[in-house]
Parts: sequence; C-alpha cells; structure tokens
Amino acid sequence: MLMTGNMAAAWGARLGRADYIPAYPITPQTEIIETIAKWVRLGEMDAKLVQMESEHSMLTAAGAASLAGARVFTATSSQGLLYALEMLYNISGWRAPMMLINVARALAAPITLEPDHNDVLAARDTGFLQFHAETCQEVLDLILLAYRVAEDSSVLLPAIVNLDGFYLSFTREKVTLPSEQDVSTFLPDYNPPNPFRANMPVSKGATVLNGALYSYFKYHMHTSSIRALSVFEEAALQFERIFGRSYSPVEPYMMDDAEFVIVISNSFSTIAKQAVRRLRERGFPAGLLKLRMLRPFPSSLVARYLSARRGVAVFDQNISLGSGGIIYPEVVASLYHRRNRPQLLLPVIGGLGGKQITVEEMEKIFEAIKNEIGAESPDPIFLMRQEELETTKNMVRTAKEVQI
Amino acid sequence: MPLLNPKPFESDTRADWCPGCGDFGVLAALKDALQKSGRQPHEVVVVSGIGCSSNLPGYIRTYGFHGLHGRPVPVAVGIKNANPKLLVIATAGDGDEYGIGFNHVVHAARRNDDIKLIVMNNEIYGLTTGQLSPTSKLGQKTKTSPDGSIIYPLKPLPTILGAGGTFIARTFSGDPKHMSWVIQEAIKHRGFALVDAISPCVTWHNIYDEVKKLFYRLEDRGYKPDDENEAYKAMNAQDGIPIGIFYRREDKQSFQERLAEINGGRWAADNVKSLGSEIAQSLVQEML
Repeated sequence: MLMTGNMAAAWGARLGRADYIPAYPITPQTEIIETIAKWVRLGEMDAKLVQMESEHSMLTAAGAASLAGARVFTATSSQGLLYALEMLYNISGWRAPMMLINVARALAAPITLEPDHNDVLAARDTGFLQFHAETCQEVLDLILLAYRVAEDSSVLLPAIVNLDGFYLSFTREKVTLPSEQDVSTFLPDYNPPNPFRANMPVSKGATVLNGALYSYFKYHMHTSSIRALSVFEEAALQFERIFGRSYSPVEPYMMDDAEFVIVISNSFSTIAKQAVRRLRERGFPAGLLKLRMLRPFPSSLVARYLSARRGVAVFDQNISLGSGGIIYPEVVASLYHRRNRPQLLLPVIGGLGGKQITVEEMEKIFEAIKNEIGAESPDPIFLMRQEELETTKNMVRTAKEVQI
Repeated sequence: MPLLNPKPFESDTRADWCPGCGDFGVLAALKDALQKSGRQPHEVVVVSGIGCSSNLPGYIRTYGFHGLHGRPVPVAVGIKNANPKLLVIATAGDGDEYGIGFNHVVHAARRNDDIKLIVMNNEIYGLTTGQLSPTSKLGQKTKTSPDGSIIYPLKPLPTILGAGGTFIARTFSGDPKHMSWVIQEAIKHRGFALVDAISPCVTWHNIYDEVKKLFYRLEDRGYKPDDENEAYKAMNAQDGIPIGIFYRREDKQSFQERLAEINGGRWAADNVKSLGSEIAQSLVQEML
C-alpha cells in the first residue's frame, strides 16, 4: 500500500491498538492526528482522540493516561516538542511507557517548517527511548517495536519514534501492512505493572528531596534504558520471524570491506546510500552505518562496526551551537578505548532547516575522509553548495535593499 | 520619507492569505486606524505569534516581530516595558490567544499592560488546515472533531472582563469602518485593550454569511460601555452577535504608569543612544 510517513505513523497507532490519543495540531505532523480522528469516527479504530489546548497539556495527559493503564499514542513536531519538554522528563520518571511520534522540524528562530534534528535531540536526555526512521515502512515497524520495548517490564520507559518532516512525512512509499492478528501476537495488550486500581491505591510522581534517593532513581532509569538495547534486539528477532523484516539498533550498509564510512540517521541515509553505491562502482571502498536507535545509544555496536576502518565521517543534521554536531562526540566516545579505532573521525554538519543534500555532496564527504586522513585535527565540514551560498547571499543583499 | 508618504503603513509585501480571508480586512483597518491616530511607522511595533493571522507584521510598515505560537503578549509586554514610548500592538489568532497562550492574556489584562491585542477570531485552526479551536462551536465539525465538537467554546470577552480588563471590544472584518474605529479607540485607551476581531476563514470554516446576518452594532442601540454588569449581559447576548466596545474604563493606571512611579520614569530604552549624525551618515553609506 502506498502511504506517507505520517499515514504510516497513524497505522502504527491503529495496529498497535492505542487506546487514547491526546492531540494538538502542528505542521508537519497534523496529518497523523487527523487520520486517526477520521478512523475513530468511522469506527475503524477503537480509541479516544481528544484535542487539547497545547502540546504541554497534551503530553501531560498522555503520560498520566499511560500511568492509569492505557496504551497511549501522540504526535508532535519541533516547537511543540520543546514546549512539552519539561513533561518528557516527568513522564519517563513516572515510568509511563507511552509513544510519542516526532515529525522532525527545525527550531525557531528563524522560523521554518523543514526538518533537522535539533528538536528531537533536545529530548535525548529525557529518558525517552529514541528511534529514528529512514523509510515509511520503518516508521510503522519501529512504532510496533518501540511499544514492545517500552512496555517491557524490565524497561518501562516512554519512547519517541522520529521521522523527518516533508522528506518522509509527506512522501509516499510502499508500505506492507501487517495483519492485526500478527501484530497482537507480537505486541500483546498493555498490561501495566502498577496501574490505578480500586483495590490497590498507589501514589505516583513522588517528591524525594534527597540527593541519594534521586540519584538512585536516575541510575535505575539509566540502567533500564541501557537494557532497552538487548530487549530491542530480542524483540526484533521475533519481529523478523513474524513479519519477515529485520531491524537492528544500527544498520550496516556495504560495510563488509568498507574502509571509509559515513555514520548517519533518518531520511538522508537514502541519499548517502546512493553515494555509497556510486562510489563502489568506481572501486572506492565506501560504507555506511545508519543509527536507528539513538537512545539508548548503541555504543558497543557502533564501536564494533567502526573499529579498524580507515576513516569515518559523522553526519549530524543538527548543531549544538558553540560545540558542533550532537552525535559526533557520542561516536567518538564509543570508539576512544578501541585500540584499532579509525585514524580519522570527521565531523560533518548538513541539512539544517531541511537544506537539501545531493548525492554529489555525500560523495564529497567520502573524498574528504580520504583526504583528511593524517590531519592533526580535521576541520569540521559545514555543507553548503556554491549555488546555495550565492542564492543566500543574494537574498540577504535584497533584504538589505528593501529595508531602505 | 514617512512624513511625505500618503500611506505610511503600506508595505511592499503582498499578503498571501486566501482570497476573501477576513484577515485582509483586519490589516486594512489596522493601517487605517494607525494613520488616523496620527502615528508614524517608527513609533509602532506589531508583534504576532504563529498562524495565518500571525503573518500580519510582515504586511505592514512598522517595526515587526514574528514570535512563537501563543506568545505575542509576553513579547509585546517585554517591548513595552523596555520602551513605553512605543505603541505596541499584538496581532494573532484564536489558537494563539484563546488557546495555547491564553494565560498570558489573562495576566496582561490583570496588570493592565499598555498593549493592544487584536485577536483574529475565526473559530478554527487555519494554518494547519482546519482543526478544532478554543472558540469552535459545540457540534462544529473539524478535522479533529469529525463527529462535531463536544467541547464548549471559550468565552474570551467575559473571561478577560473578569480578569480585570479595561477595554474589551469586538468587531467584524465585514464592517471595515467599524473595525478601524474600534482599533482607533483601543489605541487611545490607557492600558490593556482586547479587540476580538471576527475574521472568517473562507477556506476551512466560512462564517461570513452567518455573522453578516446576526451582527449588530452596540452603539446603534445606545449602549454605554461603562458598566461591568451591563457588559457581561451584552457579551452574553442571545439575540445576535453584538459588535462594539463592551467595556471601557480609563481611571485605572496602566502597569507601565505604575512602574514609572517606582522607577522614576527611567526605562531600559533610555540607555539606547540616539542615532548621531555620523552614525546615520555611515549607515546610509553602507546601505547605498
């Protein structure tokens, strides 16, 4: 079936049998909640969709409903995610395994609608598990997998599934829809360990006012998050048996004999893979490692796949202003203690605000890896094509003239 | 050049709202009202949030600020507190001001901040193409309420009256002269002014005909906006859609006036050096 990334996300809620969907519109996410609203109305989905007055109340209601025992699904983007950010820390602390879809969109100011990952990566420290999708099929499958992992009694943490705005949210791709029966086998009904029950009154969201106790809880959440990696791998094995599609926390692409590797996530992976294929045709030993799971960060897998390569570029579609890419230092840290770590770890920043990246640019990154090997401290690459730079300069010039 | 310009608030940028959108009427009325109030573009700041209506500051020749969804009021208050000589007007929609950012409106009314808030109310989220808004009617079918809304709409005007609002009015983009007059009065007002501007969305929730049929001018009926209880009654009228000034009192000091008594009339913007002729010359050179 042909469908957009947003539709695939809505199917994730439907096949995952979400009970409750608090909602608030924001571009480019709105199609998800509208689709679910339509299905609920037609009786095709047995759930309650309620539009709230803001993302903050939406996420609060979502976390609370999850605690009360419902399987919860909601979706937002960009400013909406950041407005709700304080609730994300609370919801993970409540151990409420709800599902949040983020349709990536760059943050204001300046205001824009197109994607980069500063929004979703602002949530990286919240305790939410994080999965990033490259294709529409992956959006749907990762939602089912993420529910399964989040609700596992050894994890019990909420999850974010990220898809890129526009590039994936509005792009139609072929998606195989699993049967309801198969999904129920893979993802049984949510059975909350400590729901609100009349015969067992519990209080949630306690105050500790005690550093040791606070640290204990945070450490417990941290180890639970780390555990999510092996829980995911186990669930993925069953997923493959039932649905025939295989997912690992990282996806190696033409990596067997690759000497020069790009580390990337989300929709630009498709462009980078094309560059890898083209380089391979010319005999250049390129490879790609796609990060599918961002939290917990799959350090051991990253280290295993990247050790003994000659050079690696980390493509960050985000920027921590004053530092650089956000993923880069995490990859570097994963490799530091490996004796056979790559000679070069090249930081690359591109695609901010949805700036298009061409296959040629991706190829240039690989050339840069090769050329920079041996450099003492490689200069970070900030991708911008010559014609883009010219157009931008012209626009700035025009804006200046209009001002007078 | 503004002094020689017959239409000082006219911008070169053409508004890209849908043809027939009520927001065109609000933009025209605001420009007219500013000109009639004798203001110059450099004395005015127009701030907005996110939404169709919030594109307005881009279409008017004043200082402008396109902010965050729900936050035009705190942006306006911040500017006003730094430089109270500026006329600060916030323009946004019902999603911004009656929904996600309504708490700011309540507190600006309570403080009687000397800002003017024009809410383009169309009972729908237009920019995201047709979802439930805080002023959507009971039973209104939208993309997120396909069975009809089961939520009672907010009544912003009596809520703001209860919060201590000192100027509360409603107007309609289908009555441009009235709208310009209401905005002129809001500009004259000492303190916080809320102008609920009915501005129909012709694409997702067209209420033009309905409002045209039902609206009447309060002033045509000899209504005097000086009594709080009468204002509540007028706001809750069941015999149509009243437009006009429901409530107005000028005896309450604005927050900035009270602040001036404490800070001795010194403001942050006083420290901003005015443009000396040398700097001005160099700026002109740079721009040429």
